Amino acid sequence: MSRAIVLYLHVHQPWRIRPYTVFEAGRDHNYFFEPNPRGATNNEAIFKKVAEKSYLPTNQLLLELLHKHPQFRVSFSITGTLIEQMEQWSPEVLQSFKEIFSTGQAELVGETYYHSLSFFYSRFEFVKQVRMHEEKVKSVFGITPQVFRNTEFAYNNDLAHWADKTGYKGILTEGWDPILDWRSPNYVYKPSNAENISLLLKNYRMSDDIGFRFSDKHWREWPLTAEKYVNWINSLDKDQTNINLFMDYETFGEHQWSDTGIFDFLKELPQEFLRHEGNTFMTPSEAIDAFEPVDEIDIPYTITWADTERDLTAWVGNDMQKQAIKLLFELENDILATEDKVLIDDWRRLQISDHTYYMCTKWFKDGDVHAYFSPYESPYDAFIYFMNALRDLKLRVIKHREGV
Amino acid sequence: MLGWELPPHNSGGLGVACYHLAKQLAFKGVSIDFVVPYQADHKIDFMDVHSAIQATPEELQLPGAYDSTCYSCEDSEACEHATPDTLRAQQAHYTKHVEQMVQKTAPDAIHAHDWLTFEAGMRAKELTGKPLIAHVHATEFDRSGEHHGNPLVHEIEYNGLMMADKIIAVSHITKDLIVREYNIPAGKIEVVHNSIDNAALEPIEAANTYIYVEEMKRRGYKVVVSVSRLTVQKGLNYLLEAARRALYIEPKLLFLIAGSGELRDELLERSATFGIAENILFTGFIRGKAWRDAYAIGDIFVMPSVSEPFGLVALEAAGYNNALLLSKQSGVAEVLINKLTYDFWDTQRLADQIVAIAQHDVLRSTLIQEAANEYAKFSWQKAGDKFLEIYRTLKPVEVLV
Repeated sequence: MSRAIVLYLHVHQPWRIRPYTVFEAGRDHNYFFEPNPRGATNNEAIFKKVAEKSYLPTNQLLLELLHKHPQFRVSFSITGTLIEQMEQWSPEVLQSFKEIFSTGQAELVGETYYHSLSFFYSRFEFVKQVRMHEEKVKSVFGITPQVFRNTEFAYNNDLAHWADKTGYKGILTEGWDPILDWRSPNYVYKPSNAENISLLLKNYRMSDDIGFRFSDKHWREWPLTAEKYVNWINSLDKDQTNINLFMDYETFGEHQWSDTGIFDFLKELPQEFLRHEGNTFMTPSEAIDAFEPVDEIDIPYTITWADTERDLTAWVGNDMQKQAIKLLFELENDILATEDKVLIDDWRRLQISDHTYYMCTKWFKDGDVHAYFSPYESPYDAFIYFMNALRDLKLRVIKHREGV
Repeated sequence: MLGWELPPHNSGGLGVACYHLAKQLAFKGVSIDFVVPYQADHKIDFMDVHSAIQATPEELQLPGAYDSTCYSCEDSEACEHATPDTLRAQQAHYTKHVEQMVQKTAPDAIHAHDWLTFEAGMRAKELTGKPLIAHVHATEFDRSGEHHGNPLVHEIEYNGLMMADKIIAVSHITKDLIVREYNIPAGKIEVVHNSIDNAALEPIEAANTYIYVEEMKRRGYKVVVSVSRLTVQKGLNYLLEAARRALYIEPKLLFLIAGSGELRDELLERSATFGIAENILFTGFIRGKAWRDAYAIGDIFVMPSVSEPFGLVALEAAGYNNALLLSKQSGVAEVLINKLTYDFWDTQRLADQIVAIAQHDVLRSTLIQEAANEYAKFSWQKAGDKFLEIYRTLKPVEVLV
């Protein structure tokens, strides 16, 4: 019996809204390009910084590891918005992803093009964005995804049903305790009432050891070495088949900076793990093919991979977020009726879930993970700029209809 | 004259009122030494402006003349060499400067504007025996809205009012408040309303700042404007309540909320809770053209203040052709005839009035026209005359032994 690590990295950058004021609404329709090169919402500057700190060195390392260890596997989901940014600002990063996929040891997971929560607001729009993403990655990487993940790992039985009917072989989501109950995430599962689809659940403890705790000097396991980590895995119950390490790609070099030793850890992990007989790496598809589901998982309500609540409240928890997303999706019919690509693109870019994430007030005062990722002074500023952009967009739709 | 701000370094109407009043008095032959806490070039030639502290407004980071929530009670004596970075420390410096000034040359009268300068005014009176005029533009009861306010400020206000030979209130509601809350005999208080010089408003340029609002107006929307600091005194929570009710009846309304302040985040969230965020636009703090254009784009000007001693902005709004909707708790309502009023808490009535003005073109145009006619007759001259009269009746106090 073999045991596999399923390493999956989520790669995404949003189109942040620049400080777009009421003075510009109606006048200037540029929401996403901040002219100030040092502006906190300058998407190009942020992308280039992350590319240098994370994408380039990590991809180079991954490529070396894939060449060195034929058993090593890695998988990604890459949002359409990030692919756009790579095409625009760094063909080099894009090329490095292509090289990784060309090894045949990497899998690409499907999702919405715009990293949106459209599944919960418009099934029509959701399907459209999944198809857009599929077409995009097909044309760029020559791959058609077989496994699906929804934005932020947002998942419920309906999503499983949809993915099953659509023909995916698997879905990735959070291995959250209340849904697992006494069960372990280290197996393949099957959504209840599904026919052909399997479920891979994130082992959030072991994933977060790398993603969140790696550099925490107050953590009693600090410093974390590949040897120690592999020992943990080897000490697991013998018949647990797959350890699902799902995390943000930017863990490597951005959330955990290079000087924390995160690259050394990644470099040593395959070698250390593969030293033990029976250990291997798998892509999600390989794990689903190799292991039979051990049980059914029933999730009638929506879970995500965020915060201690593991629900959607980081995106649509407070009234500002609810208002913003409601107004945005109310625009759907009118905006699609324009058949104007520029308008529709801007509308879809406003759907990027990061926009409402920046409006989250849950732990605003603690300066925690939400503040770390926000380019704005406060959730309220995020709301103001979003609303100004939305008003302007709505006016453009009206003008379009009037034939102006 | 002891003041805390003059344009363009003002955070509200206080500085504007001081400026015009002093100018009027200077034209009538009064020689004025005006003390402000900071150093700046005001380009004023009709009086001498003195700086109490050798630092620019930016360096002092004045919390503004209105924010009484952030004062700390530092020992004013001990701060002589420290950077005056708290309002209390700045007031101590200010007082010391005034003491030195009046000891060199005693004035004929001391005219102190609001509690910020009352301590300096009292010291000046003590040292020179000259009469003290306490000019009340706002009390702590006004600034704190429906809350209690800062007890230290209350005490300074009370002492200043007690020590003053004459008290000037900017409206009858302020006079009543002083009598009611501070137990000052009504006979000691004169009401001199603020005013406006109709030449003082700069003309509107053709191109408005708020293109989006303009576009929506073209599509039948009516614009409700409010210009104020976003503080509890200004009652914007009530305006939002009314907006919700009004939008239910008349969806083609936009509310342009100009100004900044500690309530902004709360107001934003509330507008989202009410589901009307799309119709509520926040401009942040604005000056100059953006400020004028806010009035210019408006159809209806609302002053929803919980307590507004005067409310100069309403006159400016009239000058820029808005229909006026004022809370009854505002002094300016005493001097304007053509306006609609409501009690600040009566959001039902406010909503009703907003909808009525928005939907009835005749009502709106009549209110706008009549208020503009009234506005054209305003000037500071009458206020200046009243002050001269008051100055003349005051005699230096004999020192009691």
